[in-house]
Amino acid sequence: MKEQLKIDFEKILKKTELSKKNISFKKDHFNKFCDSGFPSKKLENWKFLDLNQIIKKNIGEISFNNDYSITNKIDTSVFIDCLEHNKIIFINGRIEKIDFHYEDKNKIEIHDDIEVENKSENINSLIDLNNAFSNKYYKILVKKDYTPKKPLIIYHLTNEKMKTKIINLRLDFELEQSSSLKLIDFFDDTSDKNFTNIFYKFDLKQDSILKNYKIDKSLNKNLKYFYNNIDQEKNSISETFVLSAGSNYFKNEINCNLKGEYSSAFINGIFSLKENQQHEIRSTINHLVENTKSYQLIKSVLGKNAKAAYQGRIYVDSKAQKTDGYQLSKAILLDGTSEFNAKPELEIYADDVKCSHGSASGSLDENSIFYLMSRGLSYKQSKELLINGFMLDVVEKITDAEIKNLIKNMIGLKE
Amino acid sequence: MDTREKDIEKLKDYKYGFTTNIENIKAPKGLNEDVIKFISNIKKEPKWMLEFRLKAFERFKLLKEPNWQKPKYPKIDYQNLYYYSAPKSLKDKPKSLDELDPKLLETYKKLGIPLQEQARLNGIAVDAVFDSVSVATTFKGELTKHGIIFCSMSEAIQKHPDLVKKYLGTVIPTTDHFFATLNSAVFTDGSFVYIPEGVKCPMELSTYFRINASETGQFERTLIIADKGSYVSYLEGCTAPMRDENQLHAANVELIALDDAEIKYSTVQNWYPGDENGKGGIYNFVTKRGLCKGKNSKISWTQVETGSAITWKYPSCILKGDNSIGEFYSIAITNNHQKADTGTKMIHLGKNTKSKIISKGISAGFSDMTYRGLVDINSKAKNSSNYTQCDSLLMGNKCGAHTVPYIKNKNFDSHIAHEATTSKISEDQLHYCQQRGLNSEEAVGLIVNGFCKEVLQQLPMEFAVEAQKLVGISLEGSVG
Repeated sequence: MKEQLKIDFEKILKKTELSKKNISFKKDHFNKFCDSGFPSKKLENWKFLDLNQIIKKNIGEISFNNDYSITNKIDTSVFIDCLEHNKIIFINGRIEKIDFHYEDKNKIEIHDDIEVENKSENINSLIDLNNAFSNKYYKILVKKDYTPKKPLIIYHLTNEKMKTKIINLRLDFELEQSSSLKLIDFFDDTSDKNFTNIFYKFDLKQDSILKNYKIDKSLNKNLKYFYNNIDQEKNSISETFVLSAGSNYFKNEINCNLKGEYSSAFINGIFSLKENQQHEIRSTINHLVENTKSYQLIKSVLGKNAKAAYQGRIYVDSKAQKTDGYQLSKAILLDGTSEFNAKPELEIYADDVKCSHGSASGSLDENSIFYLMSRGLSYKQSKELLINGFMLDVVEKITDAEIKNLIKNMIGLKE
Repeated sequence: MDTREKDIEKLKDYKYGFTTNIENIKAPKGLNEDVIKFISNIKKEPKWMLEFRLKAFERFKLLKEPNWQKPKYPKIDYQNLYYYSAPKSLKDKPKSLDELDPKLLETYKKLGIPLQEQARLNGIAVDAVFDSVSVATTFKGELTKHGIIFCSMSEAIQKHPDLVKKYLGTVIPTTDHFFATLNSAVFTDGSFVYIPEGVKCPMELSTYFRINASETGQFERTLIIADKGSYVSYLEGCTAPMRDENQLHAANVELIALDDAEIKYSTVQNWYPGDENGKGGIYNFVTKRGLCKGKNSKISWTQVETGSAITWKYPSCILKGDNSIGEFYSIAITNNHQKADTGTKMIHLGKNTKSKIISKGISAGFSDMTYRGLVDINSKAKNSSNYTQCDSLLMGNKCGAHTVPYIKNKNFDSHIAHEATTSKISEDQLHYCQQRGLNSEEAVGLIVNGFCKEVLQQLPMEFAVEAQKLVGISLEGSVG
């Protein structure tokens, strides 16, 4: 792997026109990745699902170079048509279209010439890999006091023409004061056995609102890693929803820094896994100042050989008095071979706080099934009804009515 | 000054540390095969025991000291320790209570420990009124009548080699983690308990009543075997503050419960926690593990941890037999600069196994407390269940309370529920108590005792009363 890695990295350096600073930034991260490789279960955060093994098993040999010169045809059939929206389309990792035609052109800026920060992120080796190999990255800026008329959907599409095994992608978002953004990340894959590595960075200024919905619905054999870093200033709100169901492997990491007073973060997630799927959500909420709030709800329904893991961490700094932190994870295991692992963690250094977490896992309640069957439903119907209600709970937490209905229809949830 | 003198000079800072000049028989400083042979030889151990130790040492050489725990400590130089020294003779021990630290005496008084007992705890020769030896002999007679074996580990190796050979190292193998393996190689003494089939032990067994209980050294090894249908309740430690000369304590405790047997293991640990500035204090790195080997067996751990500079231990249950039950009740209190990283592991292997974890953590001052636990339900452990509750109480904003549970469920018939909360003593509660005439310290003591009630009531009666007082004393000075 090492040699291939070096050859591919040289290609990247040659091809793209990079500033000196950028080159040294990339080299720096490249070296870090070379040292550590893909994360394995030796690392605490990767304990439950060993990515290194999963890549070996599912992909085998990896090539790192992605040819961004060839354009891809956009397949419009995958678009979500019941909702008017702005679009950004990635096909096989290449940005094909940016379309904000519903919006005021002066209020949304898109930059593609961002100078890298001097301070390099030291998060994990996948972020290093991303920084080393990602093509130029974009920054989307929503201007002060502006609320886009329509939500933005980012399509992450792959097709069988894809040559590379790995996609590295990075986007930055900045929400200026009192602005807001509704963002849906929609995945659709027809390619086979590749690894998508996405890194989003959000900067939420005072009074801004971010709503981010990630939908991985269609079944595919790909592996995905999605890292969100959210920095929040005073009074800002972030809402993240994850529907984790389609890929063979999907790990969502959400790192939320509540830096301003009265800021709050909400994370809701559903795992709906079938055969051999392995998914994980890892959230870290850092309460750094007074009067901040966080709420997390994760529910999983696990089928045959499915494995889900949830690692949630609430950190409360000694300055962060009056913190309100809550975390709940629930899992239903449908088969003898399904597995659920959880690590809900609290790290608290302030005394005037309200923090709690709960975690429960088990099978469907036989009494409830009996109740429904005695009222005329079949065993299968009762089971479906119970699972429906179980998941609906999370979807109901979505604050945007339009998108809530969209997601409900997608999963096929009834009220 | 040669290096040894320098070392001693360095260690003099720690009042109860390594400074005592040992004149009796002692093993040379350092850890090597010769030292292990020396220990084994001086204890006149059979060959298999030496082999056991050497095997562990071979393994130990390959191991690295773990560093994932929350409380960090300065690096320990394992070659700079004495691994064996004979117990002190009477002439080295204090002659009377007047020679003791007045602070220690003050605490004794608060706990209501009688004078004679205070003397005994400090190894002062006691007069005929309280003859610990005779008390112990009375108990021994009673135990022998039931066929119960309760003696020191060294004695058991000599007198009951078959039992020791059969069970020693079956729960904590010589190939375990760093500290456990170190213990397997160099352990000096400890307790051995065997309860024969169908016997309900008529009294609470306690290290307290065993002759030579004190001075078992820093590497203690305890083995308790409850044969079919038997029951035993074992107490370790006592509420009185214990001052020990060794800074590192790495004990191993193994429990084995066969069919229908029940073992109740209670610990009250109140070792020297260091002074107000976090200087000195004992490192308590203990490995405790129980194996529910037979059907319908039960192991229950209860611990009250108030002492030690660093407590780092996870009393665990391996629920191997069908229908077996594991329980863990814990109170951990840290004050000043104390640190604790404690919790439990419940490993469900058999069918219909049940476990319950109740953990209460209280941190005050500049201390740091972590609950770290594992609940692992294996795919074969059909119809198992676990309930975990861990609550933390914080006093002041200079301390920390953390919860790190690991939950693994591989079985769809099984149910796991986990709850954790973190809070502080509310002003309302304090106000209410103070209105009724309690001062703020008494009020805090009362509220904390209420918070810990679920665990305290698991302790044997006479222990529970003392433990309650201990809870209050441990938090002294934490309320401004």
